[in-house]
Amino acid sequence: MMAAAAVMVIWGTGWFLNLMLARRGAAGAGWLAPVIFGLTILLIWEVYVRMAGVSPIILPPPSDIAVTFSQSLQVLWADFEQTILKGALTGYVIGALAAFGVAVLADRSDFLMRGILPVGGFMAALPIVGTAPIFVKWLGSDWPSKAAVVGVMVFFPILVNTVAGLRDTTAMQRDLMRTYGAGYWPTLIKLRIPAALPFVFNGLKIATTLALIGAIVAEFFGSPTVGMGFRISTSVGQLALDLVWAEIVVAALAGSVFYGGMAGIEKVLTFWHPSQRR
Amino acid sequence: MKSVLPVLTIVAFILGFWTLAVVPMNIHLAADQAARGDIVVEPADARARQEVGAFALALGNPAVIPMTYTLDRPRLPGPQQVVVELWNTIFAVAPTSNRSLIYHGWVTLSATLLGFGMGTALGIALAVGIVFSRTMDLSVMPWAIASQTIPILALAPMIIVVMGAIGIQGLLPKAIISAYLSFFPVVVGMVKGLRSPDTMQLDLLRTYSAGPAQGFWKLRLPASVPYLFASLKIGISASLVGAIVGELPTGARAGFGARMLVGDQYGQPLVTWAALFAAAITAAALVGLFALLERVTLKRMGMAA
Repeated sequence: MMAAAAVMVIWGTGWFLNLMLARRGAAGAGWLAPVIFGLTILLIWEVYVRMAGVSPIILPPPSDIAVTFSQSLQVLWADFEQTILKGALTGYVIGALAAFGVAVLADRSDFLMRGILPVGGFMAALPIVGTAPIFVKWLGSDWPSKAAVVGVMVFFPILVNTVAGLRDTTAMQRDLMRTYGAGYWPTLIKLRIPAALPFVFNGLKIATTLALIGAIVAEFFGSPTVGMGFRISTSVGQLALDLVWAEIVVAALAGSVFYGGMAGIEKVLTFWHPSQRR
Repeated sequence: MKSVLPVLTIVAFILGFWTLAVVPMNIHLAADQAARGDIVVEPADARARQEVGAFALALGNPAVIPMTYTLDRPRLPGPQQVVVELWNTIFAVAPTSNRSLIYHGWVTLSATLLGFGMGTALGIALAVGIVFSRTMDLSVMPWAIASQTIPILALAPMIIVVMGAIGIQGLLPKAIISAYLSFFPVVVGMVKGLRSPDTMQLDLLRTYSAGPAQGFWKLRLPASVPYLFASLKIGISASLVGAIVGELPTGARAGFGARMLVGDQYGQPLVTWAALFAAAITAAALVGLFALLERVTLKRMGMAA
Protein backbone atom coordinates (compact mmCIF):
# COMPACT_ATOMS: atom_id res chain seq x y z
CA MET A 1 0.00 0.00 0.00
CA MET A 2 2.71 2.43 1.08
CA ALA A 3 4.69 1.61 -2.04
CA ALA A 4 1.72 2.25 -4.31
CA ALA A 5 0.99 5.56 -2.54
CA ALA A 6 4.63 6.68 -2.90
CA VAL A 7 4.57 5.80 -6.59
CA MET A 8 1.40 7.84 -7.07
CA VAL A 9 2.94 10.84 -5.31
CA ILE A 10 6.13 10.75 -7.38
CA TRP A 11 4.21 10.26 -10.62
CA GLY A 12 1.87 13.11 -9.76
CA THR A 13 4.76 15.47 -8.96
CA GLY A 14 6.66 14.64 -12.13
CA TRP A 15 3.58 14.93 -14.28
CA PHE A 16 2.57 18.21 -12.66
CA LEU A 17 6.02 19.68 -13.34
CA ASN A 18 5.80 18.68 -16.99
CA LEU A 19 2.25 19.97 -17.24
CA MET A 20 3.44 23.35 -16.01
CA LEU A 21 6.36 23.28 -18.46
CA ALA A 22 4.05 22.49 -21.36
CA ARG A 23 1.55 25.21 -20.34
CA ARG A 24 4.17 27.87 -19.97
CA GLY A 25 5.86 26.93 -23.19
CA ALA A 26 9.14 27.70 -21.44
CA ALA A 27 12.29 27.90 -23.54
CA GLY A 28 13.98 24.84 -22.00
CA ALA A 29 10.89 22.62 -22.10
CA GLY A 30 12.20 20.77 -25.16
CA TRP A 31 14.93 19.04 -23.20
CA LEU A 32 13.77 19.56 -19.60
CA ALA A 33 10.48 17.70 -19.97
CA PRO A 34 11.96 14.38 -21.19
CA VAL A 35 14.65 14.59 -18.50
CA ILE A 36 12.01 15.08 -15.79
CA PHE A 37 9.99 12.21 -17.27
CA GLY A 38 13.03 9.91 -17.29
CA LEU A 39 13.99 10.83 -13.73
CA THR A 40 10.40 10.25 -12.59
CA ILE A 41 10.43 6.74 -14.05
CA LEU A 42 13.81 5.96 -12.45
CA LEU A 43 12.63 7.28 -9.08
CA ILE A 44 9.41 5.27 -9.22
CA TRP A 45 11.42 2.16 -10.11
CA GLU A 46 13.84 2.74 -7.23
CA VAL A 47 11.19 3.55 -4.61
CA TYR A 48 8.80 0.80 -5.64
CA VAL A 49 11.47 -1.91 -5.70
CA ARG A 50 12.78 -0.85 -2.28
CA MET A 51 9.41 -0.33 -0.56
CA ALA A 52 7.55 -3.29 -2.05
CA GLY A 53 10.56 -5.56 -1.49
CA VAL A 54 10.82 -6.81 -5.07
CA SER A 55 13.49 -9.49 -5.26
CA PRO A 56 16.69 -8.28 -7.00
CA ILE A 57 16.50 -11.52 -9.01
CA ILE A 58 13.46 -10.09 -10.74
CA LEU A 59 14.18 -6.38 -10.89
CA PRO A 60 17.22 -4.76 -9.27
CA PRO A 61 16.81 -1.08 -8.27
CA PRO A 62 18.61 1.51 -10.46
CA SER A 63 21.02 2.40 -7.63
CA ASP A 64 22.24 -1.22 -7.50
CA ILE A 65 22.70 -1.19 -11.24
CA ALA A 66 24.71 2.03 -11.00
CA VAL A 67 26.92 0.52 -8.28
CA THR A 68 27.46 -2.65 -10.32
CA PHE A 69 28.22 -0.51 -13.35
CA SER A 70 30.92 1.47 -11.58
CA GLN A 71 32.40 -1.63 -9.96
CA SER A 72 32.66 -3.72 -13.11
CA LEU A 73 33.96 -1.09 -15.48
CA GLN A 74 36.82 -3.35 -16.56
CA VAL A 75 34.53 -6.23 -17.47
CA LEU A 76 32.15 -3.89 -19.25
CA TRP A 77 34.98 -2.28 -21.21
CA ALA A 78 36.36 -5.67 -22.29
CA ASP A 79 32.89 -6.73 -23.43
CA PHE A 80 32.39 -3.40 -25.20
CA GLU A 81 35.70 -3.78 -27.00
CA GLN A 82 34.94 -7.36 -28.07
CA THR A 83 31.35 -6.83 -29.21
CA ILE A 84 31.08 -3.24 -30.36
CA LEU A 85 34.55 -2.22 -31.47
CA LYS A 86 35.63 -5.55 -32.98
CA GLY A 87 32.37 -7.25 -33.97
CA ALA A 88 29.85 -4.54 -34.73
CA LEU A 89 32.11 -1.78 -36.12
CA THR A 90 34.20 -4.06 -38.35
CA GLY A 91 31.07 -5.66 -39.77
CA TYR A 92 29.40 -2.29 -40.19
CA VAL A 93 32.30 -0.85 -42.16
CA ILE A 94 32.64 -3.96 -44.36
CA GLY A 95 28.88 -4.20 -44.97
CA ALA A 96 28.56 -0.49 -45.74
CA LEU A 97 31.52 -0.44 -48.15
CA ALA A 98 30.26 -3.57 -49.91
CA ALA A 99 26.75 -2.15 -50.21
CA PHE A 100 28.10 1.13 -51.54
CA GLY A 101 30.33 -0.63 -54.07
CA VAL A 102 27.55 -2.89 -55.32
CA ALA A 103 25.19 0.08 -55.59
CA VAL A 104 27.65 2.13 -57.68
CA LEU A 105 28.40 -0.86 -59.92
CA ALA A 106 24.75 -1.80 -60.40
CA ASP A 107 23.91 1.83 -61.02
CA ARG A 108 25.53 1.62 -64.48
CA SER A 109 22.79 -0.73 -65.65
CA ASP A 110 19.15 0.21 -65.39
CA PHE A 111 18.28 -3.47 -65.75
CA LEU A 112 20.27 -4.45 -62.65
CA MET A 113 18.86 -1.53 -60.67
CA ARG A 114 15.29 -2.61 -61.27
CA GLY A 115 16.20 -6.08 -60.02
CA ILE A 116 18.23 -5.01 -57.01
CA LEU A 117 15.70 -2.62 -55.48
CA PRO A 118 12.89 -5.18 -54.87
CA VAL A 119 15.25 -8.05 -54.00
CA GLY A 120 17.22 -5.85 -51.58
CA GLY A 121 14.08 -4.49 -49.97
CA PHE A 122 12.81 -8.04 -49.56
CA MET A 123 16.08 -9.25 -48.01
CA ALA A 124 16.13 -6.28 -45.62
CA ALA A 125 12.83 -7.50 -44.11
CA LEU A 126 14.07 -11.06 -43.49
CA PRO A 127 15.27 -12.30 -40.10
CA ILE A 128 18.93 -12.29 -41.19
CA VAL A 129 20.10 -12.54 -37.59
CA GLY A 130 19.16 -16.23 -37.88
CA THR A 131 22.25 -16.78 -40.03
CA ALA A 132 24.33 -16.33 -36.87
CA PRO A 133 24.70 -20.08 -36.09
CA ILE A 134 25.91 -20.70 -39.66
CA PHE A 135 28.54 -17.96 -39.52
CA VAL A 136 29.67 -19.10 -36.07
CA LYS A 137 30.21 -22.57 -37.51
CA TRP A 138 32.16 -21.24 -40.50
CA LEU A 139 34.30 -18.56 -38.92
CA GLY A 140 34.66 -19.77 -35.35
CA SER A 141 33.25 -18.23 -32.22
CA ASP A 142 35.48 -15.16 -32.01
CA TRP A 143 34.58 -11.75 -33.43
CA PRO A 144 34.99 -12.43 -37.18
CA SER A 145 31.77 -14.46 -37.23
CA LYS A 146 29.95 -11.58 -35.52
CA ALA A 147 31.38 -9.10 -37.99
CA ALA A 148 30.10 -11.33 -40.81
CA VAL A 149 26.56 -11.44 -39.38
CA VAL A 150 26.63 -7.67 -38.91
CA GLY A 151 27.98 -7.15 -42.41
CA VAL A 152 25.14 -9.14 -43.98
CA MET A 153 22.53 -7.44 -41.78
CA VAL A 154 23.59 -3.88 -42.60
CA PHE A 155 24.27 -4.64 -46.29
CA PHE A 156 20.70 -4.61 -47.58
CA PRO A 157 19.26 -1.45 -45.96
CA ILE A 158 22.34 0.53 -47.04
CA LEU A 159 22.24 -0.98 -50.53
CA VAL A 160 18.56 -0.18 -51.07
CA ASN A 161 18.95 3.38 -49.81
CA THR A 162 22.10 4.03 -51.86
CA VAL A 163 20.51 2.67 -55.02
CA ALA A 164 17.44 4.83 -54.44
CA GLY A 165 19.66 7.84 -53.73
CA LEU A 166 21.77 7.45 -56.86
CA ARG A 167 18.60 7.71 -58.93
CA ASP A 168 17.53 10.90 -57.18
CA THR A 169 18.96 13.43 -59.63
CA THR A 170 16.65 15.33 -61.97
CA ALA A 171 17.00 15.34 -65.75
CA MET A 172 17.80 19.05 -65.54
CA GLN A 173 20.77 18.48 -63.23
CA ARG A 174 22.14 15.67 -65.40
CA ASP A 175 21.73 17.79 -68.53
CA LEU A 176 23.64 20.59 -66.89
CA MET A 177 26.53 18.22 -66.18
CA ARG A 178 26.43 17.14 -69.83
CA THR A 179 26.63 20.75 -71.03
CA TYR A 180 29.77 21.06 -68.91
CA GLY A 181 31.14 18.11 -70.89
CA ALA A 182 31.33 15.95 -67.74
CA GLY A 183 31.69 12.21 -68.34
CA TYR A 184 30.42 9.37 -66.16
CA TRP A 185 32.94 9.71 -63.34
CA PRO A 186 32.82 13.50 -62.84
CA THR A 187 29.00 13.30 -62.92
CA LEU A 188 29.06 10.48 -60.36
CA ILE A 189 31.46 12.20 -57.98
CA LYS A 190 30.31 15.80 -58.34
CA LEU A 191 26.56 15.33 -58.72
CA ARG A 192 25.11 11.91 -58.10
CA ILE A 193 26.97 10.78 -54.98
CA PRO A 194 26.39 14.11 -53.19
CA ALA A 195 22.72 13.95 -54.22
CA ALA A 196 22.52 10.39 -52.88
CA LEU A 197 24.08 11.24 -49.50
CA PRO A 198 20.82 11.99 -47.63
CA PHE A 199 19.53 8.54 -48.65
CA VAL A 200 22.84 6.87 -47.86
CA PHE A 201 22.85 8.36 -44.38
CA ASN A 202 19.27 7.25 -43.86
CA GLY A 203 20.46 3.69 -44.52
CA LEU A 204 23.59 4.14 -42.40
CA LYS A 205 21.52 5.38 -39.46
CA ILE A 206 19.06 2.47 -39.67
CA ALA A 207 22.04 0.12 -39.84
CA THR A 208 23.66 1.36 -36.60
CA THR A 209 21.00 -0.31 -34.47
CA LEU A 210 21.03 -3.43 -36.65
CA ALA A 211 24.80 -3.69 -36.22
CA LEU A 212 24.57 -3.73 -32.43
CA ILE A 213 21.68 -6.20 -32.46
CA GLY A 214 23.55 -8.51 -34.83
CA ALA A 215 26.76 -8.44 -32.81
CA ILE A 216 25.00 -9.08 -29.49
CA VAL A 217 22.54 -11.75 -30.66
CA ALA A 218 25.21 -13.64 -32.63
CA GLU A 219 27.06 -14.16 -29.35
CA PHE A 220 24.09 -16.11 -28.01
CA PHE A 221 25.11 -18.82 -30.53
CA GLY A 222 28.67 -19.15 -29.34
CA SER A 223 31.39 -16.77 -28.26
CA PRO A 224 34.68 -16.61 -26.39
CA THR A 225 34.26 -15.88 -22.68
CA VAL A 226 34.03 -12.16 -23.30
CA GLY A 227 31.46 -10.02 -25.07
CA MET A 228 28.19 -8.31 -24.29
CA GLY A 229 25.95 -11.07 -25.61
CA PHE A 230 27.99 -13.70 -23.76
CA ARG A 231 27.83 -11.66 -20.53
CA ILE A 232 24.10 -11.11 -20.86
CA SER A 233 23.27 -14.77 -21.45
CA THR A 234 25.59 -16.12 -18.73
CA SER A 235 24.62 -13.47 -16.17
CA VAL A 236 20.95 -14.20 -16.79
CA GLY A 237 21.75 -17.84 -16.08
CA GLN A 238 23.45 -16.84 -12.79
CA LEU A 239 20.54 -14.48 -11.97
CA ALA A 240 23.04 -11.60 -11.74
CA LEU A 241 20.51 -9.22 -13.21
CA ASP A 242 22.31 -6.07 -12.06
CA LEU A 243 25.19 -6.97 -14.39
CA VAL A 244 22.72 -7.67 -17.21
CA TRP A 245 21.18 -4.24 -16.73
CA ALA A 246 24.65 -2.67 -16.66
CA GLU A 247 25.36 -4.33 -20.05
CA ILE A 248 22.07 -3.00 -21.36
CA VAL A 249 23.06 0.50 -20.23
CA VAL A 250 26.32 0.06 -22.16
CA ALA A 251 24.38 -1.15 -25.21
CA ALA A 252 22.02 1.82 -25.00
CA LEU A 253 24.91 4.28 -24.63
CA ALA A 254 26.82 2.68 -27.50
CA GLY A 255 23.72 2.71 -29.70
CA SER A 256 22.99 6.37 -28.99
CA VAL A 257 26.60 7.45 -29.54
CA PHE A 258 26.87 5.41 -32.74
CA TYR A 259 23.62 6.86 -34.09
CA GLY A 260 24.47 10.36 -32.91
CA GLY A 261 27.89 10.11 -34.56
CA MET A 262 26.32 9.14 -37.87
CA ALA A 263 23.77 11.96 -37.57
CA GLY A 264 26.65 14.36 -36.85
CA ILE A 265 28.60 13.29 -39.93
CA GLU A 266 25.40 13.59 -41.95
CA LYS A 267 24.95 17.14 -40.73
CA VAL A 268 28.44 18.09 -41.89
CA LEU A 269 28.26 16.37 -45.27
CA THR A 270 24.69 17.21 -46.27
CA PHE A 271 24.51 20.75 -44.88
CA TRP A 272 22.84 21.84 -48.14
CA HIS A 273 19.84 19.54 -47.80
CA PRO A 274 16.46 21.10 -46.80
CA SER A 275 16.10 18.69 -43.85
CA GLN A 276 19.27 20.16 -42.31
CA ARG A 277 18.19 23.79 -42.50
CA ARG A 278 17.45 25.54 -39.28
CA MET B 1 5.56 -5.78 -64.14
CA LYS B 2 8.61 -4.75 -66.14
CA SER B 3 10.81 -5.50 -63.15
CA VAL B 4 10.00 -9.23 -63.21
CA LEU B 5 12.85 -10.10 -65.53
CA PRO B 6 15.50 -8.07 -63.63
CA VAL B 7 14.35 -9.58 -60.32
CA LEU B 8 14.51 -13.09 -61.77
CA THR B 9 18.00 -12.33 -63.09
CA ILE B 10 19.22 -11.23 -59.66
CA VAL B 11 17.66 -14.26 -57.97
CA ALA B 12 19.18 -16.58 -60.59
CA PHE B 13 22.56 -14.94 -60.03
CA ILE B 14 22.34 -15.46 -56.27
CA LEU B 15 21.28 -19.10 -56.70
CA GLY B 16 24.07 -19.67 -59.21
CA PHE B 17 26.67 -18.17 -56.88
CA TRP B 18 25.37 -20.32 -54.03
CA THR B 19 25.47 -23.48 -56.16
CA LEU B 20 29.07 -22.78 -57.21
CA ALA B 21 30.14 -21.93 -53.67
CA VAL B 22 29.02 -25.36 -52.46
CA VAL B 23 32.02 -27.03 -54.14
CA PRO B 24 34.89 -25.16 -52.43
CA MET B 25 33.01 -25.03 -49.11
CA ASN B 26 32.44 -28.79 -48.94
CA ILE B 27 35.31 -30.24 -50.94
CA HIS B 28 37.45 -31.14 -47.92
CA LEU B 29 34.55 -32.95 -46.22
CA ALA B 30 33.63 -34.72 -49.45
CA ALA B 31 37.25 -35.77 -50.06
CA ASP B 32 37.50 -37.22 -46.56
CA GLN B 33 34.30 -39.14 -47.09
CA ALA B 34 35.46 -40.37 -50.49
CA ALA B 35 38.78 -41.52 -49.04
CA ARG B 36 36.95 -43.52 -46.37
CA GLY B 37 35.11 -45.21 -49.24
CA ASP B 38 37.09 -46.84 -52.01
CA ILE B 39 37.66 -43.80 -54.19
CA VAL B 40 41.24 -42.73 -54.74
CA VAL B 41 41.75 -39.13 -53.66
CA GLU B 42 44.74 -36.99 -54.47
CA PRO B 43 46.58 -36.37 -52.04
CA ALA B 44 45.74 -39.60 -50.25
CA ASP B 45 46.94 -38.57 -46.79
CA ALA B 46 44.19 -36.87 -44.75
CA ARG B 47 46.58 -34.42 -43.12
CA ALA B 48 48.14 -33.46 -46.44
CA ARG B 49 44.66 -32.73 -47.77
CA GLN B 50 44.08 -30.14 -45.08
CA GLU B 51 47.08 -28.26 -46.41
CA VAL B 52 45.70 -28.08 -49.95
CA GLY B 53 43.44 -25.16 -50.86
CA ALA B 54 39.79 -25.80 -51.66
CA PHE B 55 40.04 -24.92 -55.35
CA ALA B 56 43.21 -26.94 -55.91
CA LEU B 57 41.61 -29.94 -54.21
CA ALA B 58 38.49 -29.62 -56.37
CA LEU B 59 40.56 -29.36 -59.58
CA GLY B 60 42.71 -32.32 -58.55
CA ASN B 61 39.68 -34.54 -57.83
CA PRO B 62 36.91 -33.73 -60.31
CA ALA B 63 35.24 -37.05 -59.47
CA VAL B 64 34.59 -35.87 -55.91
CA ILE B 65 32.79 -32.68 -56.96
CA PRO B 66 29.31 -34.26 -57.31
CA MET B 67 29.65 -35.61 -53.77
CA THR B 68 29.88 -32.07 -52.38
CA TYR B 69 26.17 -31.68 -53.10
CA THR B 70 25.00 -34.80 -51.31
CA LEU B 71 26.81 -34.70 -47.95
CA ASP B 72 24.71 -35.43 -44.86
CA ARG B 73 26.38 -32.72 -42.81
CA PRO B 74 27.71 -30.17 -45.29
CA ARG B 75 29.30 -26.88 -44.31
CA LEU B 76 27.16 -25.27 -46.99
CA PRO B 77 24.23 -27.36 -48.22
CA GLY B 78 23.30 -27.15 -51.87
CA PRO B 79 20.07 -25.29 -52.72
CA GLN B 80 18.41 -28.56 -53.74
CA GLN B 81 19.23 -30.09 -50.32
CA VAL B 82 17.55 -27.18 -48.54
CA VAL B 83 14.49 -27.47 -50.79
CA VAL B 84 14.25 -31.23 -50.15
CA GLU B 85 14.62 -30.70 -46.39
CA LEU B 86 11.94 -27.99 -46.48
CA TRP B 87 9.64 -30.27 -48.47
CA ASN B 88 10.25 -33.18 -46.07
CA THR B 89 9.59 -31.15 -42.95
CA ILE B 90 6.62 -29.16 -44.27
CA PHE B 91 4.63 -31.52 -46.46
CA ALA B 92 5.95 -35.03 -45.83
CA VAL B 93 5.31 -35.17 -42.06
CA ALA B 94 2.13 -34.65 -40.07
CA PRO B 95 1.70 -31.01 -38.95
CA THR B 96 1.51 -32.14 -35.32
CA SER B 97 4.85 -33.95 -35.43
CA ASN B 98 7.88 -32.60 -33.62
CA ARG B 99 9.78 -32.64 -36.91
CA SER B 100 7.24 -30.57 -38.78
CA LEU B 101 8.18 -27.00 -39.58
CA ILE B 102 4.48 -26.16 -39.67
CA TYR B 103 4.27 -27.07 -35.98
CA HIS B 104 7.37 -25.05 -35.13
CA GLY B 105 6.27 -22.24 -37.38
CA TRP B 106 2.92 -22.02 -35.63
CA VAL B 107 4.63 -21.80 -32.22
CA THR B 108 6.71 -18.86 -33.41
CA LEU B 109 3.94 -17.29 -35.44
CA SER B 110 1.39 -17.32 -32.60
CA ALA B 111 3.84 -15.49 -30.32
CA THR B 112 4.64 -13.07 -33.16
CA LEU B 113 1.01 -12.26 -33.89
CA LEU B 114 -0.01 -11.93 -30.25
CA GLY B 115 2.93 -9.62 -29.56
CA PHE B 116 2.40 -7.67 -32.76
CA GLY B 117 -1.27 -7.12 -31.85
CA MET B 118 -0.39 -5.92 -28.35
CA GLY B 119 2.44 -3.70 -29.57
CA THR B 120 0.37 -2.14 -32.34
CA ALA B 121 -2.64 -1.45 -30.09
CA LEU B 122 -0.45 0.13 -27.41
CA GLY B 123 1.53 2.05 -30.01
CA ILE B 124 -1.59 3.55 -31.59
CA ALA B 125 -2.99 4.45 -28.16
CA LEU B 126 0.25 6.18 -27.15
CA ALA B 127 0.44 8.01 -30.48
CA VAL B 128 -3.09 9.36 -30.02
CA GLY B 129 -2.14 10.50 -26.52
CA ILE B 130 0.99 12.20 -27.82
CA VAL B 131 -0.89 14.04 -30.55
CA PHE B 132 -3.59 15.31 -28.21
CA SER B 133 -1.52 16.08 -25.11
CA ARG B 134 1.35 18.50 -25.39
CA THR B 135 2.68 17.27 -22.04
CA MET B 136 2.94 13.69 -23.32
CA ASP B 137 4.48 14.92 -26.54
CA LEU B 138 7.17 16.83 -24.67
CA SER B 139 7.99 14.11 -22.15
CA VAL B 140 7.45 10.79 -23.97
CA MET B 141 8.20 11.44 -27.64
CA PRO B 142 11.97 12.03 -27.26
CA TRP B 143 12.23 8.69 -25.48
CA ALA B 144 10.25 6.93 -28.19
CA ILE B 145 12.65 8.29 -30.82
CA ALA B 146 15.77 7.62 -28.74
CA SER B 147 14.65 4.04 -28.12
CA GLN B 148 14.99 3.37 -31.86
CA THR B 149 18.76 3.69 -31.52
CA ILE B 150 18.97 1.15 -28.70
CA PRO B 151 19.46 -2.56 -29.36
CA ILE B 152 16.34 -3.55 -27.46
CA LEU B 153 16.71 -7.17 -28.51
CA ALA B 154 19.52 -7.50 -25.95
CA LEU B 155 16.79 -7.48 -23.31
CA ALA B 156 15.24 -10.69 -24.66
CA PRO B 157 17.05 -13.27 -22.49
CA MET B 158 16.31 -11.28 -19.34
CA ILE B 159 12.61 -10.89 -20.10
CA ILE B 160 12.27 -14.64 -20.70
CA VAL B 161 14.08 -15.62 -17.50
CA VAL B 162 12.48 -12.99 -15.27
CA MET B 163 9.00 -13.86 -16.45
CA GLY B 164 9.81 -17.53 -15.98
CA ALA B 165 10.86 -16.74 -12.40
CA ILE B 166 7.47 -15.22 -11.61
CA GLY B 167 5.72 -18.18 -13.19
CA ILE B 168 4.85 -16.92 -16.68
CA GLN B 169 6.08 -19.23 -19.39
CA GLY B 170 5.45 -20.27 -22.94
CA LEU B 171 3.79 -17.87 -25.32
CA LEU B 172 3.56 -14.67 -23.32
CA PRO B 173 7.24 -13.81 -22.66
CA LYS B 174 8.06 -14.18 -26.35
CA ALA B 175 4.98 -12.16 -27.27
CA ILE B 176 6.12 -9.38 -24.94
CA ILE B 177 9.48 -9.16 -26.72
CA SER B 178 7.62 -9.04 -30.04
CA ALA B 179 5.28 -6.37 -28.71
CA TYR B 180 8.21 -4.32 -27.50
CA LEU B 181 9.90 -4.44 -30.89
CA SER B 182 6.79 -3.51 -32.90
CA PHE B 183 5.68 -0.84 -30.40
CA PHE B 184 8.13 1.97 -31.20
CA PRO B 185 7.92 1.92 -35.01
CA VAL B 186 4.13 2.15 -34.67
CA VAL B 187 4.31 5.05 -32.19
CA VAL B 188 6.72 7.06 -34.32
CA GLY B 189 4.87 6.33 -37.58
CA MET B 190 1.43 7.03 -36.15
CA VAL B 191 2.48 10.32 -34.57
CA LYS B 192 3.84 11.38 -37.93
CA GLY B 193 0.64 10.23 -39.64
CA LEU B 194 -1.80 11.82 -37.20
CA ARG B 195 0.08 15.09 -37.64
CA SER B 196 0.21 14.85 -41.44
CA PRO B 197 -2.94 16.95 -42.17
CA ASP B 198 -1.77 20.47 -42.96
CA THR B 199 -3.00 23.73 -41.51
CA MET B 200 -5.34 24.34 -44.41
CA GLN B 201 -7.22 21.09 -43.81
CA LEU B 202 -7.37 21.63 -40.05
CA ASP B 203 -8.67 25.17 -40.62
CA LEU B 204 -11.32 23.88 -42.98
CA LEU B 205 -12.61 21.56 -40.27
CA ARG B 206 -12.61 24.47 -37.84
CA THR B 207 -14.78 26.50 -40.21
CA TYR B 208 -17.19 23.54 -40.15
CA SER B 209 -17.04 23.99 -36.33
CA ALA B 210 -15.88 20.38 -35.92
CA GLY B 211 -14.65 19.45 -32.44
CA PRO B 212 -11.36 17.64 -31.70
CA ALA B 213 -13.11 14.24 -31.72
CA GLN B 214 -14.64 14.82 -35.14
CA GLY B 215 -11.32 16.15 -36.40
CA PHE B 216 -9.69 12.94 -35.19
CA TRP B 217 -12.16 10.49 -36.74
CA LYS B 218 -12.79 12.33 -39.99
CA LEU B 219 -9.39 13.82 -40.78
CA ARG B 220 -6.45 12.75 -38.66
CA LEU B 221 -7.16 9.01 -38.50
CA PRO B 222 -7.81 8.56 -42.23
CA ALA B 223 -4.76 10.68 -43.03
CA SER B 224 -2.57 8.47 -40.84
CA VAL B 225 -3.44 5.19 -42.60
CA PRO B 226 -0.54 5.21 -45.12
CA TYR B 227 1.90 5.91 -42.28
CA LEU B 228 0.31 3.18 -40.19
CA PHE B 229 0.83 0.58 -42.92
CA ALA B 230 4.46 1.61 -43.41
CA SER B 231 4.97 1.09 -39.67
CA LEU B 232 3.05 -2.19 -39.61
CA LYS B 233 5.31 -3.66 -42.29
CA ILE B 234 8.40 -2.76 -40.26
CA GLY B 235 6.73 -3.89 -37.03
CA ILE B 236 5.65 -7.33 -38.20
CA SER B 237 9.12 -8.33 -39.38
CA ALA B 238 10.63 -6.93 -36.17
CA SER B 239 8.06 -8.96 -34.20
CA LEU B 240 9.07 -12.16 -35.95
CA VAL B 241 12.75 -11.53 -35.23
CA GLY B 242 11.82 -10.85 -31.61
CA ALA B 243 9.90 -14.11 -31.26
CA ILE B 244 12.76 -16.09 -32.84
CA VAL B 245 15.42 -14.50 -30.65
CA GLY B 246 13.15 -15.00 -27.64
CA GLU B 247 13.41 -18.74 -28.25
CA LEU B 248 17.20 -18.80 -28.17
CA PRO B 249 18.38 -18.19 -24.60
CA THR B 250 16.12 -20.57 -22.72
CA GLY B 251 16.56 -23.62 -24.87
CA ALA B 252 12.92 -23.59 -25.96
CA ARG B 253 11.83 -26.91 -27.44
CA ALA B 254 9.59 -25.57 -30.18
CA GLY B 255 9.72 -22.75 -32.69
CA PHE B 256 12.00 -21.61 -35.50
CA GLY B 257 14.62 -20.36 -33.05
CA ALA B 258 14.61 -23.71 -31.26
CA ARG B 259 15.10 -25.55 -34.58
CA MET B 260 18.06 -23.31 -35.43
CA LEU B 261 19.63 -24.07 -32.06
CA VAL B 262 18.95 -27.81 -32.37
CA GLY B 263 20.53 -27.93 -35.81
CA ASP B 264 23.49 -25.94 -34.50
CA GLN B 265 24.11 -28.01 -31.37
CA TYR B 266 23.52 -31.47 -32.82
CA GLY B 267 25.53 -30.82 -35.99
CA GLN B 268 22.58 -31.01 -38.39
CA PRO B 269 23.14 -28.02 -40.66
CA LEU B 270 20.18 -28.95 -42.85
CA VAL B 271 17.82 -28.43 -39.91
CA THR B 272 19.28 -24.96 -39.28
CA TRP B 273 19.08 -24.01 -42.95
CA ALA B 274 15.52 -25.27 -43.33
CA ALA B 275 14.42 -23.35 -40.22
CA LEU B 276 16.17 -20.23 -41.51
CA PHE B 277 14.44 -20.42 -44.87
CA ALA B 278 11.09 -21.24 -43.30
CA ALA B 279 11.47 -18.14 -41.10
CA ALA B 280 12.38 -16.07 -44.16
CA ILE B 281 9.34 -17.37 -46.05
CA THR B 282 7.11 -16.60 -43.05
CA ALA B 283 8.50 -13.07 -42.81
CA ALA B 284 8.03 -12.54 -46.53
CA ALA B 285 4.45 -13.83 -46.35
CA LEU B 286 3.60 -11.55 -43.42
CA VAL B 287 5.09 -8.45 -45.03
CA GLY B 288 3.42 -9.38 -48.32
CA LEU B 289 0.08 -9.78 -46.56
CA PHE B 290 0.33 -6.30 -45.09
CA ALA B 291 1.45 -4.85 -48.42
CA LEU B 292 -1.66 -6.38 -49.99
CA LEU B 293 -3.90 -5.06 -47.20
CA GLU B 294 -2.27 -1.68 -47.66
CA ARG B 295 -2.99 -1.63 -51.37
CA VAL B 296 -6.61 -2.73 -50.96
CA THR B 297 -7.30 -0.32 -48.10
CA LEU B 298 -5.69 2.69 -49.75
CA LYS B 299 -7.53 1.96 -52.96
CA ARG B 300 -10.88 1.83 -51.18
CA MET B 301 -10.03 5.05 -49.36
CA GLY B 302 -9.13 6.71 -52.65
CA MET B 303 -5.49 7.20 -51.63
CA ALA B 304 -3.84 4.68 -53.95
CA ALA B 305 -0.55 5.92 -55.27
